[in-house]
Amino acid sequence: MSDLRVTPLNALHKELGAKMVPFAGYEMPVQYPLGVMKEHLHCRAEAGLFDVSHMGQVIIRASGGYEAAAAAFEALAPVNAQGLAEGRQRYAMFTNAAGGIEDDLMIANRGDHMFVVVNAACKDADIARMKAGLPDCEVTEVTDRGLLALQGPKAESALAGLVPGVADMKFMDIAVLPSDWGELWLSRSGYTGEDGFEISVPAAQTEALTRALLALDTVAPIGLGARDSLRLESGLCLYGHDIDSGTTPVEAGLNWAIQKVRRTGGTRAGGFPGADTILAQLEDGPARRRIGLLPEGRAPMREGVELYASAEGGDSIGHVTSGAFGPTLGGPMSMGYVTVGFAEDGMTIYGEVRGKRLPATITAMPFVPANVKR
Amino acid sequence: MKFTEEHEWLRVEDDVVVVGITEHAAEQLGDIVFIELPEVGIQVVKDDEVVVIESVKAASDILAPIDGEITEVNEILTDEPSKVNDDAAGDGWMFKIKASDPSQMDDYMDEAAYKKFVG
Repeated sequence: MSDLRVTPLNALHKELGAKMVPFAGYEMPVQYPLGVMKEHLHCRAEAGLFDVSHMGQVIIRASGGYEAAAAAFEALAPVNAQGLAEGRQRYAMFTNAAGGIEDDLMIANRGDHMFVVVNAACKDADIARMKAGLPDCEVTEVTDRGLLALQGPKAESALAGLVPGVADMKFMDIAVLPSDWGELWLSRSGYTGEDGFEISVPAAQTEALTRALLALDTVAPIGLGARDSLRLESGLCLYGHDIDSGTTPVEAGLNWAIQKVRRTGGTRAGGFPGADTILAQLEDGPARRRIGLLPEGRAPMREGVELYASAEGGDSIGHVTSGAFGPTLGGPMSMGYVTVGFAEDGMTIYGEVRGKRLPATITAMPFVPANVKR
Repeated sequence: MKFTEEHEWLRVEDDVVVVGITEHAAEQLGDIVFIELPEVGIQVVKDDEVVVIESVKAASDILAPIDGEITEVNEILTDEPSKVNDDAAGDGWMFKIKASDPSQMDDYMDEAAYKKFVG
């Protein structure tokens, strides 16, 4: 795996006995000796520590400060960046001319500039898109910092013992705090449905901070395997699977991320790639919709499983984009797309698994309720 | 006890052969969340897909190691598939098969050879 990039925690993952796999061009831990199931349950009961240093951290500066950077940024994404208060972050999507999603990301108002965190697999394209699309801004990838996520009901007590001040943060707040490991850039958010933090830390201090957190009884390292089942139980999309360049935000049910000011009738309506398609779908509804599915029995319906309206015959009405066993849910769960008309909560549809059509119920997500600190 | 290159173990018990997967296989699969067992009474031929296993990682098929009739399956695994992770060579057995040609077992590895095989 010598052609893969590594994070500042690569040696520590191996020391901890992680099984390493290639992911988005990086060598990453898919699981530790605890195993996916127990790692997942630990995160929901205590606190889980994830290495997300492969994700892209980007700073956007403009001579007019945050406001100017945000105004320029709105040309790339259907989000109200200008209305984001200082010290807050928000979910956003880059869109393309057809209305498809090029990536999903977090944007933050850091007073005099914007801070952005993007998916690892998309980060080179995202940075190129921002450099080209924001000619009056300075777009800089942060390459000298690691990124950790500490998630779970014990995340606050674990981190507050090391970094006083984090307990004052609320969901989607950001903060810059001094620490024994240098300046930390924190957000109270994550990808598990649990309370927790994402922590940007100087690369040279990433391993020391990780060791300090893992020394606590409540904190265990969690790999990509459990990260996936945690986010799926929480109904969160995985880019490249549940959303992609051929999926619009409206089809994906991410309307809540497009604030009113960017919609038809808003003061800054449109003006982002694919606005015609996306604004029309917001008015008229999409032709297909992202749904949650609870298969009967224990057999998971995984990505690619075709969905049908009836137990026999008929054309496919859609397919599964993510599917797994939910350790907290105690059963299988899937996410997918189906034609509107077959997409009502409570409907029974059928997934074809190994040649057999098995029943599944369309269900509102999340599958497991979120537990964040509002 | 005999072992296949597909990481199954076979143990002769009276006139039937008990079949399961090895600890090594269970460890490679990760946490097992679903097992579909064959119907009792069916005739199978070597290399027929008889069991489906879904772990947190992926689905895999278990092949019949020999020809014969399925005489019993470990029904407990339907509700508690994790028994395979806990005790692959014991409580995690999968099915019993009445061999129509016991000599088919002769080609399989003994424990020492299997240990060498998985390295």
